[in-house]
Amino acid sequence: MVRNTLAIAGREFRVYFGSPPAYLITAVFLVITGYGFGWTSVTYMETTIQGFLGWGSFFLLFLGPALTMRLFAEEEKMGTIELLMTSPVRDIEVVLGKYLASLGTLLMMLAITLYYPLLLAWFGDPDWGPIASGYLGIFLIGAVFLSIGIFSSTLTSNQIVAYVVGSAIVLVLWFIGQAAGVAGDKVGVVFRYISISSYFPAFGRGIIDTNALIYFLSIIAVFLFLTIRSLETRRWR
Amino acid sequence: MIEAENLTKYYGTFLAIDDVSFEVGKGEIVGFLGPNGAGKTTTMRILSGFMPPTSGTARVAGHDIHSQSLEARKCIGYLPETVPIYKDMTVEGFLRFYGKIRGMDKRRRESRIQEVMQLCRIEGYARTYIHKLSKGYRQLVGVSQAILHEPDVLILDEPTIGIDPRQVVQIRQLIKDLGQEHTVIISTHILAEVSMICERIMIMDHGKIMAVDSAENLSQRLKGAQKIEIEVKGPAESIASRLRDVKGVFEVTIEGSGDQRKFAVECAPGEDIRDELASAVVESGFSLLGLKSYEMSVEDIFLKLTNREEN
Repeated sequence: MVRNTLAIAGREFRVYFGSPPAYLITAVFLVITGYGFGWTSVTYMETTIQGFLGWGSFFLLFLGPALTMRLFAEEEKMGTIELLMTSPVRDIEVVLGKYLASLGTLLMMLAITLYYPLLLAWFGDPDWGPIASGYLGIFLIGAVFLSIGIFSSTLTSNQIVAYVVGSAIVLVLWFIGQAAGVAGDKVGVVFRYISISSYFPAFGRGIIDTNALIYFLSIIAVFLFLTIRSLETRRWR
Repeated sequence: MIEAENLTKYYGTFLAIDDVSFEVGKGEIVGFLGPNGAGKTTTMRILSGFMPPTSGTARVAGHDIHSQSLEARKCIGYLPETVPIYKDMTVEGFLRFYGKIRGMDKRRRESRIQEVMQLCRIEGYARTYIHKLSKGYRQLVGVSQAILHEPDVLILDEPTIGIDPRQVVQIRQLIKDLGQEHTVIISTHILAEVSMICERIMIMDHGKIMAVDSAENLSQRLKGAQKIEIEVKGPAESIASRLRDVKGVFEVTIEGSGDQRKFAVECAPGEDIRDELASAVVESGFSLLGLKSYEMSVEDIFLKLTNREEN
């Protein structure tokens, strides 16, 4: 089980860093978060990574599904899925393998941004607690976006469609919290409860809330489960 | 080795295969022959575990393809029609990946990779990225992937399509050799190919198996007429009319142009009238340049069988 998952993850990870899109996405992410970090630090003269977290989380909304749109749509289009699905591997191993590879890529992207806090430490005396929890938070929401993206990638053989569907789901889950204000008290609570954006800011302030952890992990589990089911149903289509 | 029972598959309302049953024994090479859309690929996809049948069942090496799918898949080497190989990997990397997910341990995997690359004569491209390879070489990579883990059963869907003649010969020989130890099913619509490689032929059309037999028996069974080709120098029309007068000749058709023509003579089966034909030509004062007799080919049988269904 673990062996097959790692074999698939290893292949995907190599594909990520053997092809331009991952570099492009990483580059865009670094430019945007670098600007956000620099601008916030200079304007407010703070030694926090709030600028990076705010800009980074927002642009991950768009970059997450871009990282994962390839995973199944391309296999479907190229027909390689036929060989993969007739190999003695379980659907869950295929899904987890591909998901791990995308998580690995996300980690690489975040690892490069570690020079932001190092810069802070060079020029000032930052509070490391919120920085650590902030990184945990941005990794978790990234992981959520990737699980949604991988699900949408199983729905179609067209990467663009996979991307659009993936970002649509992500955007709804993000902005539904903003709609809570106009939705009235009862519905508003539900909206806030299911919105990703209501759980994220606390991480930046150094708070790791159990509710938030459970929320993120459940969303990931739900979408990975849906991915496996979607893969199963494609055999019957 | 392979037992298929009443396999039926609907795509929506379209009936792709209809109540197909057959058995393939160990070490046998069986060819699926049929026009496009006959249900060959569908049958192979069901056997390989890529998709389930609407009804019916099949066992591969004793494992039910549905309830013991993983075990069945372990015993199969499969080359789908589209040659699905990751273009962004090297030949060696691709084979290594498939060795890994088929559970081969490292030592066996590495030695088998070298072996199959030599067998398919692609060892010179071990570190070449697959997107740089021509279609023929990709097909060979596909074949080497299928035999990598020494499966009991090989399912090859159109293994020689779209590649150059030299490689076709190479792949056919390879399949023949593999048939010594493995059970092989290949599909093709190239008729010469099945009669060359396969011990048994299954002719499929409209989702049904129309006939199952060896190539020789099939042509024996369906022998309707015999064909003789004669090459004669002289005026075409008078030669043709002279040939028509020979006893046992059904029909003469003139092929080609100029004063050196070929004539296709169809005659009753079982009798050898080459003698009479030759004398007729020579006695009339024309020069006989060539004479050749043809058996009904698998091709003719195939066309007969598949046309009969439409009529």
